[in-house]
Amino acid sequence: MTENSGPLLELRGVRAAYHGITVLHGVDLNVAAGQVVALLGPNGAGKTTVLKVAAGLHPPDAGHLLMGGRDVTGIRPSRLARAGVCLIPEGRGVFPNLSVRDNLLMMTFCGRGRGREEIEETAYGRFPVLAARRGQQAGTLSGGEQQMLALARGLATDPAVLLLDELSMGLAPLVVAELYELVAEIARQGVAVLVVEQFAAAVLKIADHAAVVVRGRIQWQGHPDGSLQAELSSYYLGSPP
Amino acid sequence: MDQFLAFTVVGLSTAAIYAVIGSGLVLTHTTAGVFNFAHGAAGMLAAFAYWQLAVGWGWPVPAALAVVLLVLAPAFGLFVERVLMRPVQALGEAERLVMTVALLAGCIALARWVWDPDTPRPLSPFLAGERAVRLGPAVVTWHQVITMATALAIAVGLWSLLHRTRAGTEMRACVDDRALAVLTGADPLRAGRLAWVLGIQLAAVGGILIAPTVALDAQQLSLLIVSAYTAAVFGRLRSLPLTFLGAVVVGLLEAYLAGYLPQNDYLPGLRLAAPALLLFLALLAFPHHRLRGRDRTVVRVPLPGRRGSLVLAGCVLALALFLVSVLTEDQVISYGTLFSLGVVALSYVPLAGYAGQVSLCQLSIAGIGAAVWGHLGAHGELWALPVAVLVAAAVGALVALPALRLSGIYLALGTVAFATVLDRWIFTLPAFDVLGVHIALFDQGSVSVTGPDLFGLHLTSPAELLVLAAVCLAVTSVAVAGLRRGRHGRRLIALRDSEAAYATLGGRLLVAKVAVFALSAGIAGLGGALYGMQLQTVTADQFGLVAGLPVFLIAVVGGLGSVGTGLFTGLAYVVPTQLLDGLGPWAQNLSALLIALAGMGFAHSPSGVIARLRTDWAPLGRDRPLLTALLGALAGCWALAALVPDGGPPAVAAALLAAVTLRGRAAARAAAPAGIPPEWWGLRRPWRPEDGEVLSRATAAAG
Repeated sequence: MTENSGPLLELRGVRAAYHGITVLHGVDLNVAAGQVVALLGPNGAGKTTVLKVAAGLHPPDAGHLLMGGRDVTGIRPSRLARAGVCLIPEGRGVFPNLSVRDNLLMMTFCGRGRGREEIEETAYGRFPVLAARRGQQAGTLSGGEQQMLALARGLATDPAVLLLDELSMGLAPLVVAELYELVAEIARQGVAVLVVEQFAAAVLKIADHAAVVVRGRIQWQGHPDGSLQAELSSYYLGSPP
Repeated sequence: MDQFLAFTVVGLSTAAIYAVIGSGLVLTHTTAGVFNFAHGAAGMLAAFAYWQLAVGWGWPVPAALAVVLLVLAPAFGLFVERVLMRPVQALGEAERLVMTVALLAGCIALARWVWDPDTPRPLSPFLAGERAVRLGPAVVTWHQVITMATALAIAVGLWSLLHRTRAGTEMRACVDDRALAVLTGADPLRAGRLAWVLGIQLAAVGGILIAPTVALDAQQLSLLIVSAYTAAVFGRLRSLPLTFLGAVVVGLLEAYLAGYLPQNDYLPGLRLAAPALLLFLALLAFPHHRLRGRDRTVVRVPLPGRRGSLVLAGCVLALALFLVSVLTEDQVISYGTLFSLGVVALSYVPLAGYAGQVSLCQLSIAGIGAAVWGHLGAHGELWALPVAVLVAAAVGALVALPALRLSGIYLALGTVAFATVLDRWIFTLPAFDVLGVHIALFDQGSVSVTGPDLFGLHLTSPAELLVLAAVCLAVTSVAVAGLRRGRHGRRLIALRDSEAAYATLGGRLLVAKVAVFALSAGIAGLGGALYGMQLQTVTADQFGLVAGLPVFLIAVVGGLGSVGTGLFTGLAYVVPTQLLDGLGPWAQNLSALLIALAGMGFAHSPSGVIARLRTDWAPLGRDRPLLTALLGALAGCWALAALVPDGGPPAVAAALLAAVTLRGRAAARAAAPAGIPPEWWGLRRPWRPEDGEVLSRATAAAG
């Protein structure tokens, strides 16, 4: 299922800092179309910052961000979004005071020509529960429903790159499994998917590739198999590397 | 019955105007995330501009309307968005509120400066020559027809814009979650520009419609908006239909009160104050869903040291002695208010700085203190001063009760309503009796105020009163600093940071809020009494809502969390005003405009000027030899000013020059010599802000 035409999303030697404190010390990461890459690591390792750089929310101090081989470093996040980078942020990626229907209408901005009807059709088709709640304020939906609505953006706007931050936060394991099933389905349509997750087991079931970030560096990357488990426990539990 | 119908028609046409203005407020709030206190002031400017074009220069009405509504109003909206709102976008709700208050003060000052308030400017209603329409027994003028039709058209148009179009949804989404809106490819800047252009256009429509029915007066037009606030609060600042309902209630209420309220000395003020009273009630009655703000940034409250606050008190006293020894008696009178207004400004520190409760009625409360002292202490009875403070504190506690339900902009609105009720009604009342207590405030005129009798020493001369005010400012400054260091100060800051956490830790919100409101009102009352003593006669105008805005703005610029704000506000308010007044009467509005501009500039240092001054001058304070040199230079300048006639201005200039030069020297000396190992940073030389980054880079490179 992986296309071999080079990576779709590429980070080259990315360094990033908050208020002068460096968080990423040169991160290299590739995600190919149709591939699911899991980004794992302990708290404060810089996982979310990698996603912010990839979505253009945080300009890197050094290094480059490439999409389909084209350098897009420093391009405004709203333009990247319209070019097909879809970041679903940590927490709930919905507008709480807007109705479900208005939330879907907002997706037309990055829908690359898709109209309201088309997006509603896709979203309601995949999540019938949202159709029943179309007039309700998104903030009053349950956590799982809100995450469905957020994921609907990844589904209905046909992005090139899907970036997911802590999809599982505050959700029941069954719901999480269901949502990751959908993520795998989105990847099969040829989308490059980069997932940040604390709850590693959930994402490793669908990941083609895994990278472990520790203190702002990628310490290990490769196929998610048995050796990853040993790596992970050493990084999480602090045994000597 | 005919009379009733006539009042109803008048009420409905006023309601239509309030609906237009109120829906503009709701639009700005839902699409730009700002409650715009200057909305009415923008409408006022539009009305003046329209008068200038249509009457002043005699343009045809359609051309004047087109220029104001399609060129000037959008341009003003873009200016507000770009210059005022964008810099504070990343800051909290309170900062954006301050910007609109500054804009309100600035618009009023600008209008008074450009259009002389003493010239009457009649503006004729639309289609005044046509015959009025008769609907059965009721007569409706064409102006009223146009007003109501405009309101309906705006209602329908706005509702479909907000709920049926992509642009409307984009604007609402940007307020809801700006970062997420960016991620979905929306453009918050474009949305903000559109929101402000539309909001100011609606304000302009409202201003032009209402101007012919009232006098074209900057302050009155800007504050007419209190009625529109009430309408918007009916709609909880987000629902357009409920805003229209609120507008109808307010408009009819005003019309019926005007028609049926019996005429006597006590009640005309009630008619004027009715919208404000209704606003107060509406704020209390309706539950408020606050916008979910994730961008809430809380400015740090500096912790004043014991020595620092004593130094501040010493500076206050030294300044007072310097002024008394140098200035002539007239100048002492005009500069003396520096200290008493400083006390009023200091009352913001515990309330807004520590506890985070924004109040815009502190000067009104100071007015109560002044009036109580003026009546009870008519012969300088010393016991009357604590009584004045206590009465002011009691009024403050009264304001605190609604504050329990309100926070942020709603609290600020509530205090605006309170100040308006005082301005329009309570302060205009003649003396009256309630439950056997004789209450007299300003007696429909002025109250003469004298100095206190300090155990046989009656302080009456301006110099004595100036020193008294300075002593009070010094003592209250030290006390407020002590409050910050103690457990009560920590409690107030905990309350500010999270009311929920404060309550779950076992703190009692009711007690804490009432106490801090009472304390702050007591300080304001003391300041008002001192201010009154220096003015000798006080009138209600001097303590109005609009008069209090500059004091609030300068206190914000100084930094609401800093104890030095009292002295800073006094200096920054009184000195430039007095210097500019020397240039001529036209400069008076200029100084008001400058204060508003300073408020608008505050976005660039949200923690206040004083915090920055402290870091800038700290090296000099630690450098003993240079500090001694500075004190010597200051003493020399003082001697020069006291001994040489007219030596004051050059002495002040020389003192400032010496201080700035020595500060530069001290900063250069404090810059650490190279070679101190990092583990001694902060010990052998002062810790510098950039050290953190150097260390983190070093450890990151090593790790």
